[in-house]
Amino acid sequence: MSVAVLSVHRGVAGEAPRRDRFEVPFEHGQSVLDGLRWVRERVDPGLAMRYACLNANACKECMLLVDGKVAYSCTVRLEAREMRLDPLPNKPLLRDLVTSIAPPDERPPEPAAG
Amino acid sequence: MTASIPSGRPDAALLRADVLVIGAGGAGLYAAIEAARRGADVLLLDRSLVGRGGATVMAQMTVAAALGSETEDDPAHHLRDTLAAGRDLCDPRLARLLCEDGVEVIREMDAWKAGWARHGDGRIRQVQAPGHDRPRCVYVDFLSTGPAVSRALRTQAQRQGGIRRMGEVLVTDLVLSDGRVQGAVALDLAHGVPLRIAAGATIIATGGLTRLYRRNSASANMAGDGYALALRAGATLIDMEFVQFFPIGHLAPRMIGMDPIMWDPFRYKLGGRLLNGAMEEFTDRYGAPDGGRYVVTRDLATYAITREVAAGRGSPSGGAWLSFQHVPEAVLRENFGPVIDRLAANGIDLTQTAVEVAPIAHYHMGGIRVDPAMHTGIPGLLAAGEAVGGANGANRLSGNAITEALAFGRVAGREAAAIAARDGTGWNDAAARDALALAGGTGPARPGGNTAALFHRLQAVMADDVGPFRTAAGLARAARRLDDLATELGEAPAGAPLPHDLARADWFDLRAGLQVAQAVVLAATARTESRGAHQREDHPGLDAAWTHNQTVALERGCLCLASQPVAEAA
Ligand SMILES: Cc1cc2nc3c(=O)[nH]c(=O)nc-3n(C[C@H](O)[C@H](O)[C@H](O)COP(=O)(O)OP(=O)(O)OC[C@H]3O[C@@H](n4cnc5c(N)ncnc54)[C@H](O)[C@@H]3O)c2cc1C
Ligand code: FES
Repeated sequence: MSVAVLSVHRGVAGEAPRRDRFEVPFEHGQSVLDGLRWVRERVDPGLAMRYACLNANACKECMLLVDGKVAYSCTVRLEAREMRLDPLPNKPLLRDLVTSIAPPDERPPEPAAG
Repeated sequence: MTASIPSGRPDAALLRADVLVIGAGGAGLYAAIEAARRGADVLLLDRSLVGRGGATVMAQMTVAAALGSETEDDPAHHLRDTLAAGRDLCDPRLARLLCEDGVEVIREMDAWKAGWARHGDGRIRQVQAPGHDRPRCVYVDFLSTGPAVSRALRTQAQRQGGIRRMGEVLVTDLVLSDGRVQGAVALDLAHGVPLRIAAGATIIATGGLTRLYRRNSASANMAGDGYALALRAGATLIDMEFVQFFPIGHLAPRMIGMDPIMWDPFRYKLGGRLLNGAMEEFTDRYGAPDGGRYVVTRDLATYAITREVAAGRGSPSGGAWLSFQHVPEAVLRENFGPVIDRLAANGIDLTQTAVEVAPIAHYHMGGIRVDPAMHTGIPGLLAAGEAVGGANGANRLSGNAITEALAFGRVAGREAAAIAARDGTGWNDAAARDALALAGGTGPARPGGNTAALFHRLQAVMADDVGPFRTAAGLARAARRLDDLATELGEAPAGAPLPHDLARADWFDLRAGLQVAQAVVLAATARTESRGAHQREDHPGLDAAWTHNQTVALERGCLCLASQPVAEAA
């Protein structure tokens, strides 16, 4: 069993970003998404991330930055080193690793202020 | 019509539509298009992104319809096969609708540029899948059926006009007033705020429940939401004991970027050999010779593999081997082109090694009871797609599910538009108050509570004791464990809602999933025989006395089981 260290961007838009480091045990062949799901189940269920299809690479929802490069978390393998995970830089941040990626006309209405 | 809104929260936005469609898979998208085409103003919601969140986009295989483009075919032949597979429990009216309307929707999808694979002379290609008496299944190369179906429907929904599409909206409750569904309450996941939705007619198109099992082919959004929404609104579920396991789900070695059901198309095209741990063919021992041709239906193959593993003759990881080693590389490439490269990236060379496969939860035959117009019996509430039970009885043929989603979606869209035009839209805020408080309110903090871990335990309960093979003792244990989990879940989600709050979404998934799991256990416990996808180790063999359907409804907070005769053909 190897260990990856996931360094994860935390926080909502407008907030000073923080980073959390999670040590994640893994077996060869597992994906970064597997690692993030392990974090939710074992450490912090409040971590915000986006995914739907898990394995099929069909939903294309799990896109984020891995070590600064755009990637699908379900197709990048975990490695026994520190991996830096960030939300997509060119989309509005919702929280942690999640950005607004739906086409603008398919988003819920902006809540009224107040 | 005045109501107080959950304390401390601003007024939840109120959206209005003639027709509300919950879930934007094949059924929901088709329903939205059809309702809009008939003049309705439609709101199409999905908890995930539109057209991406459910089973439809993940389907890689085939879609069954009696087009007759390879050999002569007729919906009557398709119907005969569907009823036979359903082991005498299909609602023949729904099965007939699937087979007859299926032809029309598959042709319409062709006009909408789904891109069905074709012969050089322009004829649509159809392959033969297990349980079908002739080549009947269309597909899109390579392994692209679902993405192509989803894309064509999404494009058509955009083009149609009159459809407001919205992702990241988790519908948490239906709102009933005077016995009629008048819309829903939802959690806007993007912002973490509740929404009110008023609609003249509401269609549940939320797909199935297979995420309730540990090993599954599901997306994160398939935990039976729609069944629970329907139950709480007073509708009836049918055939809940029949969960289909896909026999040859990928087991080992670990792959990424590949769907676990991907071996099915390989078998359609190339046969392949299913072997036990000793590299022997074995399905013939269970009365179902396979002979490298892929003819064994899903329930029988699942039975054979599970039995072989139990007898100590499984593959190293606890499944069976699937081998294409006899197929030349050139033939593999010709049939699966880029997929062969993706396998290579995972270190798999099919000419050299076999892979391990085992049954995984894949589809739910049961679901919301509807009539052939997709009415649930609750005024204003319809259902479509995998959310509906009855068309496939005790076992579904491959290729029937997408056809079902599209055909039933179309009917539901048509009916919902008519209902909304006739009855109009109303909204009673008082009826929505509790649901709004739950979706948007601040619950007691639960330090150390982990909703994701709780869901994992739910999956373990279902996998351990409510899989393809069941016993009275195992089902009783499952019922107890589910009750314990329900107690642990508590009465409301913890804390205040946040943007993209998965823990809050988990709470709603658990509320729905636990209730739906209880419905499966209840029906499976009562059915003391083995039929199709429901196999009782303590009651082997089909019992003709059990040729009737079971239903589950919620009465004064308790799940009630009843039975009803199988519907007569129309
Ligand atoms: C991996 C895989 C492969 C398959 N391959 C085939 C095949 O080749 N041929 C075939 O015929 N069948 C296949 N099936 C089955 C078939 O794909 C499904 O039965 C069918 O697509 C279901 O369509 P649907 O529209 O009813 O549901 P789905 O496509 O599952 O859509 C339901 C939608 O509802 C949304 N939703 C759920 N709950 C809520 C809520 N509370 N609020 C808002 N939105 C919600 C989900 O996010 C989802 O997008 C496959 C299934 C899987 C899982
Ligand atoms: S989770 Fe669906 S593409 Fe990555």
